[in-house]
Amino acid sequence: MFLHTCPIFFHDYIYPMTKITYITHENKSHTVDVQNGLTVMEGAVQNDIPGIDADCGGGMACATCHVYVKEDWLDKLPKKEDGEEDMLDMAFEPKTNSRLSCQLTVSDELDGLIVNIPSKQT
Amino acid sequence: MNKIDALIIGAGPTGLFTAHQLKLIGLDCEIVDNLDKIGGQCIELYPDKPIYDIPAIPECTGEELTNNLINQLKPFNIKFHLSERVDEVKKEKDNWIVKTNNDKIFSTPNVIIAGGVGSFEPRKFSVKECEKFENISLFYSITDKKIFKDKTVTIFGGGDSALDWAVELSKNSKVNLIHRRDDFRAAQATVDKVRKLAKDEKINLLTKYQMSSIKGENKLESIDIKSDDDEIKTIKTDYVLGFFGLIMQLGPIANWGLNINKKTIKVDTEKFETNQKGIYAVGDICTYPGKLKLILSGFHEGALAARACFKLARPNEKYRFEFTTSSKTIKDRLGVKGD
Repeated sequence: MFLHTCPIFFHDYIYPMTKITYITHENKSHTVDVQNGLTVMEGAVQNDIPGIDADCGGGMACATCHVYVKEDWLDKLPKKEDGEEDMLDMAFEPKTNSRLSCQLTVSDELDGLIVNIPSKQT
Repeated sequence: MNKIDALIIGAGPTGLFTAHQLKLIGLDCEIVDNLDKIGGQCIELYPDKPIYDIPAIPECTGEELTNNLINQLKPFNIKFHLSERVDEVKKEKDNWIVKTNNDKIFSTPNVIIAGGVGSFEPRKFSVKECEKFENISLFYSITDKKIFKDKTVTIFGGGDSALDWAVELSKNSKVNLIHRRDDFRAAQATVDKVRKLAKDEKINLLTKYQMSSIKGENKLESIDIKSDDDEIKTIKTDYVLGFFGLIMQLGPIANWGLNINKKTIKVDTEKFETNQKGIYAVGDICTYPGKLKLILSGFHEGALAARACFKLARPNEKYRFEFTTSSKTIKDRLGVKGD
């Protein structure tokens, strides 16, 4: 009843969070809470997770936020927009499960998403 | 050697407006850029994308913004050094001696880095051994197409450069065109042409393959390509060309003893000076508490850095602030008539 007086609960109530796991090239796993509405790229940058450069800042104009998505997640993610596949042509070692993390908007549906970060971005 | 008041590295919007500010206060400057054209990211990454947050311009594309900035510089005769990358900076008495990759040398008390996210360079193959063949039998751009005559050339990529060269070289060479997927991102007319040439067996088109290894002792002999389902093919070839677009790299700037963190350079917010006296950083490449990576921030940073340059370029004069609306001196510099 006094939910608004509890800052932590209140924060969660306004800003729902979703758990995203980033696995670096060295196999180090980072699971962080990312606010819904942000992108998977922003979640990595704001939490200082190494390996995601995001040179263009999320404009789908470079390919330096490239991640590999765990296979079982591939179908659950929003489809690639025109242009994402074009940019992935320029990514470092693209594979069939490659995505640009700036194009993945975090929502409840993405809870538990696991992405692997490539050995390098350029 | 070029003696100037200030050298600007980077011909993007921030570099261009900084040049305008320097000229307005009576300092001369020149601009170096690694790209072969003016405009930086605006031209290279998003020439057609509309921008909505330039003050007083409700909407314009990257190309329009660049053209407007170039127009604004028209009253001044500014020398551009394009396709030049700054490699070396060293201090000599009160001046910085700046050297480019083509051995152009500048002597100046002020160096303004307006380098965006670094210089654009071709993205390379991920197979490490490719370095061994680079610029001998493996290229990321073509300067002399005659060397490919009657040879086997294997081209990687799915954009305009890859497809244009595949079409062009198929006239006099045996061409393999390899791309990681079935779709191409080149102009439709070129894609149609390539598909026709492939059908007529003038181009050997292999899609859903990427390079997995490269072989040869002193001379390139063959490459292996691997499909998504791990099928490997060996291809004999004399030359390999890779067209994977451009990436941005900080490059030699990283070795200048500046305070660099995550590809950005720390500056103060009064002069936008780095930890080296007379070297400034403005635009996307600089960082300070509250930094916003917006073009408008770059304009502000450039204007302040330009004033700071005055002190070092004219140590015996006092800088006097003037408005363009009223100053006769400024109007003379702009070549406009006063009231």
